[in-house]
Amino acid sequence: MNPDASTIAAGAPIEVDLSPVAEGQDIKVFWRGKPIYISHRTKKQIDEARAVNVASLPDPQSDEARVKSGHDQWLVVIGICTHLGCIPIAHEGNYDGFFCPCHGSQYDTSGRIRQGPAPANLAVPPYQFVSDTKIQIG
Amino acid sequence: MSGPSDYQPSNPALQWIERRLPIFGLMHSSFVAYPTPRNLNYWWTFGAILSFMLGMQILTGVILAMHYTPHADLAFKSVELIVRDVNYGWLLRNMHAVGASMFFFAVYVHMLRGLYYGSYKEPREVLWILGVIIYLLMMATGFMGYVLPWGQMSFWGATVITNLFSAIPYVGESIVTLLWGGYSVGNPTLNRFFSLHYLLPFLIAGVVVLHVWALHVAGQNNPDGVEPKAEKDTVPFTPHATIKDMFGVACFLLLYAWFIFYMPNYLGDADNYIPANPGVTPPHIVPEWYYLPFYAILRSIPNKLAGVIAMFSAILILCFLPWLDSAKTRSSKYRPLAKQFFWIFVVVCILLGYLGAQPPEGIYVIAGRVLTVCYFAYFLIVLPLLSRIETPRPVPNSISEAILTRGGKAVASVMVALVAAGALFLGSLQDARASEGSDRPPANNWSFAGPFGKFDRGALQRGLKVYKEVCANCHGLSYIAFRNLAEAGGPGYSVAQAAAFASEYKIKDGPNDAGDMFERPGRPADYFPSPFPNEQAARAANGGAAPPDLSLITKARSYGRGFPWFIFDFFTQYQEQGPDYVSAVLQGFEDKVPEGVTIPEGSYFNKYFPGHAIKMPKPLSDGQVTYDDGSPTTVAQYSKDVTTFLMWTAEPHMEARKRLGFQVFVFLIIFAFLMYFTKKKVWADSH
Repeated sequence: MNPDASTIAAGAPIEVDLSPVAEGQDIKVFWRGKPIYISHRTKKQIDEARAVNVASLPDPQSDEARVKSGHDQWLVVIGICTHLGCIPIAHEGNYDGFFCPCHGSQYDTSGRIRQGPAPANLAVPPYQFVSDTKIQIG
Repeated sequence: MSGPSDYQPSNPALQWIERRLPIFGLMHSSFVAYPTPRNLNYWWTFGAILSFMLGMQILTGVILAMHYTPHADLAFKSVELIVRDVNYGWLLRNMHAVGASMFFFAVYVHMLRGLYYGSYKEPREVLWILGVIIYLLMMATGFMGYVLPWGQMSFWGATVITNLFSAIPYVGESIVTLLWGGYSVGNPTLNRFFSLHYLLPFLIAGVVVLHVWALHVAGQNNPDGVEPKAEKDTVPFTPHATIKDMFGVACFLLLYAWFIFYMPNYLGDADNYIPANPGVTPPHIVPEWYYLPFYAILRSIPNKLAGVIAMFSAILILCFLPWLDSAKTRSSKYRPLAKQFFWIFVVVCILLGYLGAQPPEGIYVIAGRVLTVCYFAYFLIVLPLLSRIETPRPVPNSISEAILTRGGKAVASVMVALVAAGALFLGSLQDARASEGSDRPPANNWSFAGPFGKFDRGALQRGLKVYKEVCANCHGLSYIAFRNLAEAGGPGYSVAQAAAFASEYKIKDGPNDAGDMFERPGRPADYFPSPFPNEQAARAANGGAAPPDLSLITKARSYGRGFPWFIFDFFTQYQEQGPDYVSAVLQGFEDKVPEGVTIPEGSYFNKYFPGHAIKMPKPLSDGQVTYDDGSPTTVAQYSKDVTTFLMWTAEPHMEARKRLGFQVFVFLIIFAFLMYFTKKKVWADSH
């Protein structure tokens, strides 16, 4: 009952062009049936994410560990709440990050869980920068 | 089913079979000669009601499966086509969907009956555990069945519930992948759920056979909890129990039919009339009402794994009930303390169900935690403790003695309490949506409301005109074919008029022999063409918000009625939240935005739209559409007409549903009375 060959094949890596995404904007792409949020963060959002005392977080992880160095403005996360799998809404909640409407989990501008029942940060999918304005997810 | 039978059929053909396979003897000893305690009350008819419901679900389900398509792109549409085009498809679908709720309602009564009268105690432990297994299988079946229509709640319910398994350490993720058959809930998930949803009811039927077998070995418990000792303590199953069960089933059918014919969507969720969309989560994900108490327990625990464990323990703890409660007296009738705690437990379950439908914030979370503790305390502290400290009242020596000394008055008051509590519980779903923060749409006087409601033909024809001239520029109507316009219960056009109406449309067809697509005039069998070729085009042309298809809009939109209205709604059959909302939105545009409200660029202020910022500009203005029949050409009249028309597109067979409902009710009431008087006659000398 594991995924069949065509499902696996359809889950191959995809490339996303980032050039149309302006600062402060974000886009949602689908990969393996999961929504991937790609946010072009503002300076303020990055600073907010880095000002936090990492040890105080429910799932301690620094912002630097969640983005690719040199591309710090780009946050790429799987937009699936780690609680029970709903899709959080971007740019909502108390932390200017993501807010899950199902059970009230709130994530910050680095996609880290800050409040609510979710046990972990929003997952970062495997991806790499092919060029400065293009990433490959998968 | 206990031991060899001495039954001898008189018919030689039956004798021939009986000597080779003693099936008639088995039937005879199990369901005819079988001695049943003569003091059983009506709570004992729920066994028969449940058997009946299982048969009903399997029968309607098998027929529905003949018309259903288990594919992520087609499932939603195939369910709509069952309702619209299959002969009596609407009836089958309503019977099956409402049947699930009724099945659970009956099983809860049946379980509480067992709890109250101590039916799980020695020697009926295995019988009780088999019952818990049936209940677990029912929950799995019900959940997978709810996924099959592939609406928004189906999809997101499936996502939330399958994600529960990811809490299991180490193997959780692999289990979830196996359930999904992919990387997320999708077509493979739907396919395997369909397969399992078809399989599990037959497993249930198998366990039911074991359940009945165990019952007939141990014998039925009874309200006094003393075993039958002499022959005068029992009556033969047929005709006594059979006719009593028939009367019970007939009464239950009245409730069932009330939902099927008059309130088919009362127990459902409006969001499930929106096709599944993996990119948008509905604001409140609420399971079906029968899972709500367990959902509340899940959510009241802040840790994910602990929450999942608590939820499953809440059910599995029932298996250990025979050993947790070691009191010698079976029936709570003779246990003054246990009786009180039983009713507290029932209230706790109902309140948990209510909380399960509320948003998980503030006071609801705290209340949920308190009640979760109460739930487990009943099994782990109260029952073990009571069996040690409680002094039960003396139990009668025999069933006949109990009958001679009894006075029956409690049943009626219990019945009333249960019905009131049940209504509160069922309606808590609607209450969940009461806090949206927008104004209540005003109630209208619809021609199609109530048990005898019919569509106003003039309104339908005018509404069609408004749709065609205004709405159709942006909104599709893709489940309605031109032929529907000439069908009974619709706008009342003739077949020729519908054909003429169709021919005004250009329909894309092809490819022809040259391989090209071409346009031709519409035929009655064609569906209303959509204004945009796909959702992306619709989105791009409308500032990012795709205009929804209107075929189902009056069923897919709703608003919270709140306590206590949802209880009255059950009796008044009010179910026009959707039309009220649609009509209110059409009239709710205001040029002046009130202070304190900011409306984003490209949006318009609407009083009744959730959040008030709607992308649709004010669609209707006075005098915009001309009417030939002299009706006023005002926005109010347009809204009323087009909403009536959209109610018809959402449910073209509504008039047939209500008409058949009346006939069924007349029949059922007569049938129930006949059963009652037959029962009285049969039992006349047994009381």
